[in-house]
Amino acid sequence: MIEEPFARGNSVLHKLDPRVKILFAILLSIIIAITHKLPLATTGLGIAVILILIAQLSMKHIIHRLLIANIFILLLWAILPFSIPGTTPFTIFGLTPSNEGILYTLLVTMKCNAIILLNIVLISTSSIFDLVHALRHFKIPDKLIHIFFFLFRYANVMIAEYATLQKTLKVRGFCPNTSMHTYRTYGSVIGTLMVRGHDRSEQIHKAMVCRGFKGKYWLLDHFHFTPRDITAVVIFTFVLIVFGVLQWTAMAF
Amino acid sequence: MDRNGILIDLKDIHFGYPTNPDLLSGLNFSLHRGEKIGIIGPNGCGKTTLFHIIMGLTIPEQGTINVFNKERVTQHDFVEVREKIGFLFQDSDDQLFCPSVREEVAFGPLNFGIKHDKVRTIIKESLARVGLSDFEPRAPYNLSGGEKRRLALATILAMKPRILLLDEPILGLDESTVEKVVENLNDPHLSYIIISQNKPFLQKTTARVYTIRNGKTVK
Repeated sequence: MIEEPFARGNSVLHKLDPRVKILFAILLSIIIAITHKLPLATTGLGIAVILILIAQLSMKHIIHRLLIANIFILLLWAILPFSIPGTTPFTIFGLTPSNEGILYTLLVTMKCNAIILLNIVLISTSSIFDLVHALRHFKIPDKLIHIFFFLFRYANVMIAEYATLQKTLKVRGFCPNTSMHTYRTYGSVIGTLMVRGHDRSEQIHKAMVCRGFKGKYWLLDHFHFTPRDITAVVIFTFVLIVFGVLQWTAMAF
Repeated sequence: MDRNGILIDLKDIHFGYPTNPDLLSGLNFSLHRGEKIGIIGPNGCGKTTLFHIIMGLTIPEQGTINVFNKERVTQHDFVEVREKIGFLFQDSDDQLFCPSVREEVAFGPLNFGIKHDKVRTIIKESLARVGLSDFEPRAPYNLSGGEKRRLALATILAMKPRILLLDEPILGLDESTVEKVVENLNDPHLSYIIISQNKPFLQKTTARVYTIRNGKTVK
């Protein structure tokens, strides 16, 4: 079972209309992604942290996710500061980093963490099915939404099937090692999963056709904008305008 | 629509797979209004294929399919068939694909263009019939096996079908849930065909039991 640890919660951010959150997350992420101004990226990170405090998310889960991403960032720290030419502040093991390189890597680190945190706090605080609803309201093509939702829905089933296959292997005395037999067995397992996935997709299509599916997915419920959502729109728009001004004017910030 | 009371009439159906070319060879089968038929038989004898042929999901190599007194040939012919026959799949995971229980039940009625207010009433009624009234906002993929099965049944009942085709409806269900299913089927206006390996269940719910042997139906 795939869990959605961040979607469970009762904060203001959890209750916010997912459409508002998705739009703000996308727009702010874009500005942070293209900026070359370190203070702006750092402010973005600050906003994400404030939102996380408001949403009262589990720090353990967040740190776990950040660790995965920052392993890649760590690799950048090993290479980037030494490969950009500029003034060298100090020498380390005979290698010479540059001020420009260090600042650039710091910028990438800030941007990356800010965007990850923003998306955790704004997107993962809605359940998958609220997100699917929101995407439908944005008039995203049905096919893309289906792919997104079915991916989630049937990843669960595939994981369960993979777990069953693994148990079958264990029961039949399979011990993985470095041999042709092991590789061949894993090949068969992956092949079996693919064939089953294909079969299942055919079954699901049949089930949909049986219930009158003609290519259009109808919505039953609609979101209702509350005063809370309007307040959020005002605050978020203000933040976006400030970020836009700081990014696209010559202000030294 | 069914002047002579025959709802489904299959004549001389031939169908096979590359590995089993004579799965169905000259099968004849009919279902009358109000009739309750059980089908029992060994694995791979073509029981599920028979259902797929009735729904137009599998096209036979030979033979005629008459449903509601009209010969059905093209996919377009089967659209009406699918609206009026409720088909419960063997594996509920194949049948439940919506993000929430209420949308799952609403999927069929919405496709038929039923008004939203009416759909909401249908959702309540159908879920109550299978004992899942409190489950509306839940996610189908988080339900237990038995609950998934009952939800699948509710999605079919929501379409107000005239005929039910149930493929192993009680596989993996506990006793009390099976009783609920039996209760639901105990309606003299319903016509249905049930595939099951459970003889006592078929005796309780159907008037006649067929089996498929050598690609043909036998009593």
